[in-house]
Amino acid sequence: MRLPSGSFHFDPRILSVGIFAVAAVLASLASTQAQQQTAATTQQSAAPIQSPPYPTVAPPPVQRTALNIVVLDPAHGGTDPGARGAQGIRESDLVLDLTFQVRRALEAQGFQVLQTRSGNENPSFDDRSTLANAQRGAVFVTLHISSTGLPGTARVYALPEMPGRAGLGGILAWDFAQASYVTLSRKFGDAVQGQLAQRFKGSPSAVQTASVRQLRTTAAPAIAVEISSVSVQDRSDLDKMMPGVADAIARGLAAFRPSYVLPSEAGAQP
Amino acid sequence: MNGRWRTWLLAGLCVVVVIAAVYFPKLKRKVKTSANIAQPSEEQVRRELTTPTPTNPSDPKVKAKMYWASDEDESTLAPISVDLALSPDPVLRAKQVLNTLLAGPVNSDLRTLPPDAALLAFYLLPDGTGVADFSAALAISTPSGIQSEQLAVDSIARTLEVNVPQVKRLKILIHGQEVDTLAGHLDLTQMFVVNTKAAQPSSLSIAVPMAPAASSAPSAPSAAAKSRQPQR
Repeated sequence: MRLPSGSFHFDPRILSVGIFAVAAVLASLASTQAQQQTAATTQQSAAPIQSPPYPTVAPPPVQRTALNIVVLDPAHGGTDPGARGAQGIRESDLVLDLTFQVRRALEAQGFQVLQTRSGNENPSFDDRSTLANAQRGAVFVTLHISSTGLPGTARVYALPEMPGRAGLGGILAWDFAQASYVTLSRKFGDAVQGQLAQRFKGSPSAVQTASVRQLRTTAAPAIAVEISSVSVQDRSDLDKMMPGVADAIARGLAAFRPSYVLPSEAGAQP
Repeated sequence: MNGRWRTWLLAGLCVVVVIAAVYFPKLKRKVKTSANIAQPSEEQVRRELTTPTPTNPSDPKVKAKMYWASDEDESTLAPISVDLALSPDPVLRAKQVLNTLLAGPVNSDLRTLPPDAALLAFYLLPDGTGVADFSAALAISTPSGIQSEQLAVDSIARTLEVNVPQVKRLKILIHGQEVDTLAGHLDLTQMFVVNTKAAQPSSLSIAVPMAPAASSAPSAPSAAAKSRQPQR
């Protein structure tokens, strides 16, 4: 069969229509590709890898029952920067600076100070607690900078009551080590918070309760101090707060010192 | 035959041209907007799949209290009344209120939970323990800090307390797993007391066996447990 020659004649109109059609197909292809691109999500793994942690200061040989040791815990560190703000402010760096200032203020008051880290490491919660639990006559202070809250304020946290866990037959369960210290921790927290409230307007007047993981496994009067916040425009705003916070902790602890009684001393005899 | 074939082809292509002319501007706009719009995360897509909690229009509309951040002080919570058709079934009801809580208030500054977080499941155990399983976004997107993490958990607990009285204690899971902390601070291995009055009497016997130490430590400070300890 031979088609008439007329059927192969290409009309320029058909050509232009064809170009349009091809363009339409290409455009729809491009749009689906664009949608696919926008739909693709970049998932970031948030789980920080915990490097093998170790207390950076060797426990002292002196074993006295009166309150004489303070374990300072600069939170986060290593792969865990903690809260992050503008201008690359990292909680893990700031709390380390704060720790050194608190340390100086405490040593001036005659306390012996241990730190859970003094560099950019990230000990586990349990390792940090271990350092405090190995001491007698120690208190534990974990230091934090928050992501939220009124800038220029500071809060102290202690654990809420842990019913039914205190003194299981005289043995302290690791997971609830704080249970028998909750009342003491609150007293300690109130003393420090009172000092902070005098220095930083807008701070609460009494200790707050929160289930802070770090405090649960600590067998000593233990508090968390949190400063607001990494959202400040300039890092110097937080730096300016540090001497006040250090002084408040030192004075609060000095005020708390007389009411410090080891619960294990009182309840050791069955 | 030949002439007709050409006419059909021409007509067909004309139709294509018309469609393309209409579709082109639309497509252009679509590509532009989809480039601007924030990319929907995996969690958001999952949320779209999981959130439509069946609401029965015949359920009575009640004023449900949602605990979002307070207008005056964003570090505290304040209840806001929302008209919701809530199911009488406690599990369904808990899902409905938590999804409303996750959706956030009109003023998005006052939300307590990250917008991309989703409730994956909710279970209610016979003893009144509610188990809420949230997507990983809750842990990833909640701002790190004691205050912010407590605000998030408190808003969940308080909202459940006022709207679902059957829930007495709350356990929070992330993506089906028990995790150490919400975002580095707040302890999620423990249970949160939701209904303070109802949870107190039974918390002694219930909360301890559920705790991680249950396998190694005696489950309750009972007389029998005490007598097993060496008396020295």
